[in-house]
Amino acid sequence: MRRFQNSVAADVRRLKLLWKQSFLTSAATVLKEAPLRERFTRRSVLGNITGAIAGLLSLSAARSVKAAVQKVFVTAGAPKGYDPAQHKWVMAIDANRCIGCGLCAEACKKENRVPEGPFYRTWIERYLITKPKPGSGELRGETLVDCPNGGMRGFPVPSVPKEEIQHSFFVPKLCNLCEHSPCVQVCPVGATFDAPDGAVLIDPSYCIGCGFCIQACPYGCRFMNPTTHTAEKCTLCYHRITRGLLPSCVEVCPTQARIFGDLKTAGPDAPIRQFYQNNRVQALKPHLGTEPRVLYAGIDKEVR
Amino acid sequence: MTNDVTNMVVEVMPHFEGYVYPNEATHQPLWSVLIVLYPYITGLVAGAFIMASLVRVFKVQALEPVYRLSLLTAFSFLLCAPLPLLLHLGHPERCYQVMMTPHLTSPMAIFGFVYAWYLMAVLLLELWFDYRRDLVEWGKITPGFKGLLYRLFAVGVTDVSEPAVKLDVRIGYVLSVVGIPSAFLLHGYVGFIFGSVKANPWWGNVLMPIIFIMSAMVSGIALCVFNYMVLMWVRQKPVGMKCLDTMGMFLFYALVVDAAIEALDWVHRIYSAEEGFAVLQYMAREKLFYTLSLGQTLFGTLVPLILLGLLQLVGGRMPEWLRRRMYFVSSVLILIGVLAMRWNVVIGGQFFSKSLRGVMSYKMEFAGMEGWFMGAILFSLPFVTLVALVKLFLSERLPATPHEDFTAKSAAPNG
Ligand code: SF4
Ligand code: SF4
Repeated sequence: MRRFQNSVAADVRRLKLLWKQSFLTSAATVLKEAPLRERFTRRSVLGNITGAIAGLLSLSAARSVKAAVQKVFVTAGAPKGYDPAQHKWVMAIDANRCIGCGLCAEACKKENRVPEGPFYRTWIERYLITKPKPGSGELRGETLVDCPNGGMRGFPVPSVPKEEIQHSFFVPKLCNLCEHSPCVQVCPVGATFDAPDGAVLIDPSYCIGCGFCIQACPYGCRFMNPTTHTAEKCTLCYHRITRGLLPSCVEVCPTQARIFGDLKTAGPDAPIRQFYQNNRVQALKPHLGTEPRVLYAGIDKEVR
Repeated sequence: MTNDVTNMVVEVMPHFEGYVYPNEATHQPLWSVLIVLYPYITGLVAGAFIMASLVRVFKVQALEPVYRLSLLTAFSFLLCAPLPLLLHLGHPERCYQVMMTPHLTSPMAIFGFVYAWYLMAVLLLELWFDYRRDLVEWGKITPGFKGLLYRLFAVGVTDVSEPAVKLDVRIGYVLSVVGIPSAFLLHGYVGFIFGSVKANPWWGNVLMPIIFIMSAMVSGIALCVFNYMVLMWVRQKPVGMKCLDTMGMFLFYALVVDAAIEALDWVHRIYSAEEGFAVLQYMAREKLFYTLSLGQTLFGTLVPLILLGLLQLVGGRMPEWLRRRMYFVSSVLILIGVLAMRWNVVIGGQFFSKSLRGVMSYKMEFAGMEGWFMGAILFSLPFVTLVALVKLFLSERLPATPHEDFTAKSAAPNG
């Protein structure tokens, strides 16, 4: 109930803003001034309806309200004086370094109070590619992927004997910070948006919980939070990075498999620049045209 | 508490094979039965409206007995269409944001406008212009609350002189003409909500809107056949065979086109066998067997095709009672088949992991927001609405004044 009241109060505030700028005011004046008889002739009924629709379609007011809401949200998560235009945050993954300890996934759950159960802002997948059967004429064997509890508690002993494994590696996953993010594209109210500093954020006080973005994310990065009933995903620990801290997963990673940085301020020696300098990198599902900004080194064609 | 519950669910029901992304391993799909109903009901609206337009725009005189019934069907289903969508939202109380601060690149936001346009600017107005003269008449002769309702619905426009009525008819015609593309748009957009999801190879498909439109027409006409026959049966009136045969003919042709397009879609998918084809194939075979192979293909398409085809070919030699039964069975089968098709699209699209390495399964519960019971209630709502509308606007006791274009025949369902 409390939640409902809060959200309604917030919405009423936004609506007032909208009211000032939009068609409603003019429609209201028309209704107030016209004498009763004129109001309900056929032509005027038709006219009013057309007017209302035209008003609804003149959406520039709505757009500016939405932009204002998003800006408020960015500044709410960040400390005073934070200017998103001065940064371009990004993360990169060096899969060669990942040992699958799962500390990052666990730290993320704690830091962001992600509910227990199948809800993860970040997780680690284990890939086992077996050797081909002798004489089978195949390129490689099978690919087995698992991720028990998001990899949060490490991984059990593999189900295939060691001698049969050709490659095994871990791949940490998170929001790919798509340049052309389908999740942002489909959100009906603009609750999810690209912040100017590179983060893709969700305003939980605005999200209607339709789940469209979850369907649209090709990487399975989003989930419906069962307590707030809104969509949720990795924010790069927005509350931390805007205060000069590292995202919690990066902070706890013992092998520096996760590299985080600000492209606008990073010098040539910064870890993120060094990463791109020293590695040939790959994006996940490049054929979808989402242009992920999180790039991977040391993964395989089997990683999706 | 919530934590305990979610944990328990995950441990009790390991209901997936292969690898699925951890966020996908929830105990039921994100979009379940409510979202199955939503495109189904919207499709019925679009189809029923097209059916009505056949009379008004294409002057198919034989269908006049079902003109008003189709319009009322479309209207009652349209009123209920957004309900499942609304109930499924995590925050239904914020739904007006879709209209207030819409995000224009979102198919779902645009759908809100298409819906509003269709309801307010097309269907409601068309009904009103069609009924206005009758409303005035009925308002005069009906006493009590009902009479008051008719007078209210006429919103004070009581001019029934000849030029005024002529104008009504003209505007009604224009609205129907506008209504046809609008109906296509309405349901095409529903198809686009799914077809635009490129992340999902089962949905992301250019043919999706077209498939949705065609299946909508098929299901809408089938619903009109069903409603008409049931109404006549309830009223103990003979079914107009000419009308029924004509509806059957349109139903048959629409079904042929629909089946052809869906087959084309399948051929294309199988032939191009893009990434993830193996997992889709496995899912279709194992997880969707009953709803896809049996429900949608065999009973929803092939059997009605054969029945309706026979009626086209040798219907003239069949006795009326047999034809009636065949039409009725076909329409019911088609209605079930299209429901199965919506299920296959919506639920099927969530039966496989976007990692394309595994499949999930799902047993629908009985109770709960996304259970059978709720689904059944939501689906019966438009029928309840329709009964009320038919009582009010297709009453046997009230004379329907014939209009210029529609001669006294249009009064047939009114007795
Ligand atoms: S990875 Fe998913 S959630 Fe992240 S920006 Fe891309 S589509 Fe959106
Ligand atoms: S769930 Fe929320 S963030 Fe996602 S598309 Fe719907 S309204 Fe937007």
